[in-house]
Amino acid sequence: MSHRPVTTESFGVKCLLVGATLTVLVLFLFLPLCAVFNEALRKGTEVFFASLREPVAASAIKLTLLTAAIAVPLNALFGVAAAWLVTKFRFPGRSLLVALIDLPFAVSPVVAGLVWMLIFGSKGWLPPGDLADLLAPLAKVVLAAAETPGFGWLSGLGDWLDRPKIVFDLPGIVIATVFVTFPFVARELIPLMETQGTDEEEAAVTLGARGWQVFRRVTLPNIKWGLLYGVLLCNARAMGEFGAVSVVSGHIRGKTNTLPLHVEVLYNEYQYSAAFACASLLALLALVTLLLKDVIERFGGHAGSRGH
Amino acid sequence: MSRRRIIPGFGLSLGFTLAYLGVIILIPLAALFLKAGKLGWSAWVKLLTTPQVVAAAKLSFGASLAAAFVSAVLGLLVAWVLVRYRFPGRRLFDAMVDLPFALPTAVAGITLTEIYSTHGWIGQYLARSAAWLNEHWQPGGRTGDLLAEWAKKGACYSPLGVFIALFFIGLPFVVRTLQPVMEDLPKDVEEASAMLGANRWTVFRRVIFPAILPALITGFTLAFARAVGEYGSVIFISGNLPLKTEILPLLIVNQLEQFKYEAAAVIAASMLIVSFALLFLINLLQRRLNWRAR
Repeated sequence: MSHRPVTTESFGVKCLLVGATLTVLVLFLFLPLCAVFNEALRKGTEVFFASLREPVAASAIKLTLLTAAIAVPLNALFGVAAAWLVTKFRFPGRSLLVALIDLPFAVSPVVAGLVWMLIFGSKGWLPPGDLADLLAPLAKVVLAAAETPGFGWLSGLGDWLDRPKIVFDLPGIVIATVFVTFPFVARELIPLMETQGTDEEEAAVTLGARGWQVFRRVTLPNIKWGLLYGVLLCNARAMGEFGAVSVVSGHIRGKTNTLPLHVEVLYNEYQYSAAFACASLLALLALVTLLLKDVIERFGGHAGSRGH
Repeated sequence: MSRRRIIPGFGLSLGFTLAYLGVIILIPLAALFLKAGKLGWSAWVKLLTTPQVVAAAKLSFGASLAAAFVSAVLGLLVAWVLVRYRFPGRRLFDAMVDLPFALPTAVAGITLTEIYSTHGWIGQYLARSAAWLNEHWQPGGRTGDLLAEWAKKGACYSPLGVFIALFFIGLPFVVRTLQPVMEDLPKDVEEASAMLGANRWTVFRRVIFPAILPALITGFTLAFARAVGEYGSVIFISGNLPLKTEILPLLIVNQLEQFKYEAAAVIAASMLIVSFALLFLINLLQRRLNWRAR
């Protein structure tokens, strides 16, 4: 008889539980991952790379990257500002504000797209025609400014202001993505900054540091791993978002299809190999995200909050 | 606020946070409820009691509850094993739990459809065993119909497929909420109960389980809330058969495609209200549990 500690189970029970766990994880999580790459490469690497080089696929990749490049920094900025506000100051309504920041997690992605249709859609509160009227004076100014030499780059913006398009175009895709990925950075930073308290910042101020200096030299070094972690998760969701973007994109091929939407289109057209080739690119993104997450957790000493 | 604030940036961060929150979240959600409110009370009720909406609501909430429940049970197992035992590859398996968070839902959707179809890795065995069961057991009735359906289509295009997709999405919520709580469980209580003569199962039931129950409920709630709104991973495997495998988010998209903005808003608003009410109730239950545990 071995003398096992009283706080653990017998070897047989252990084996049984570990076996059951590995079965669950392999069957439900690992198999799908393998299946993506298996399907993508089923018809060989040539077909695989050809479907990624398709102009429509390339434009979908570009749109996905562009959307994330706008949405993620916006939410990162918000996350830092909100976390600063909530953790460095005490004010009435503070806990309500924290609850509101989490609100998008309880909202279906489809609803996150729908709300923008209700505002900017053709039958919404501010349909394209009304929006154009609203922005007309601004458009005139910008277009006039674009005439002057050296400001030619303004003409694109002027044209957009003249005939503004939000839903079924890039701005709609971006705001829908921003809605869905809204809490990610703030959620990482708030618990982290809460435990760090305000002592260091107060000391810095006492020693004569100004606003930006306090943030850049004291706070930012303390939260950089948490910030990176939040940005990483935010980015993964932004690039992979499907429901919200699907509602506002209008599915215009080669124009307003992000990579996940392109996967859907290919799949519905029974082009399975091409669909899974594009899907494998997104699965790769997921794997890289998990890997970086692990690296941050290990070297950043960041425990990582759980969920979402 | 009597004490002067020493740390700078209160006004700036307050202004930016409130403006951003208002523009991105609050105004759009207000627009949703205003639009839904435009249809009168009777129209609202009439819309929500159409067979299609009733069927979708039953499936959405039913499958989400079932998936969250199974996620809770299996999530408890996975979290326990990952926290308590050391075995080769543990880190890798631990990292894998996050996959459903990181994998885009559309990718999960088409992949699960592929795996659970009759020619897929799991679907073929599922179909074969369902056919075998039906032949030898001949249960007849609803069970027989169900088995016949699985034998013909695997798990795809049936409520079972919806459940599988929602379980895939829900599992990590439970595991990731339980893990930190389990890691912090004090060992001395377990030792004390063992000294007093409790066997392992009793210790688990009477000492460990009550301590992790609040976290388990939180994980269940998170999985459930996510499942009700889930779209991308479900619509491929469900096949969207009218009155049979349509989920609520899909109905919203359908209404929108027919330019019925008000109807879409009514379904969405009702969904939000029911979800919030359920979340609130679970929160209440949890507070009582926490209070009792103290």
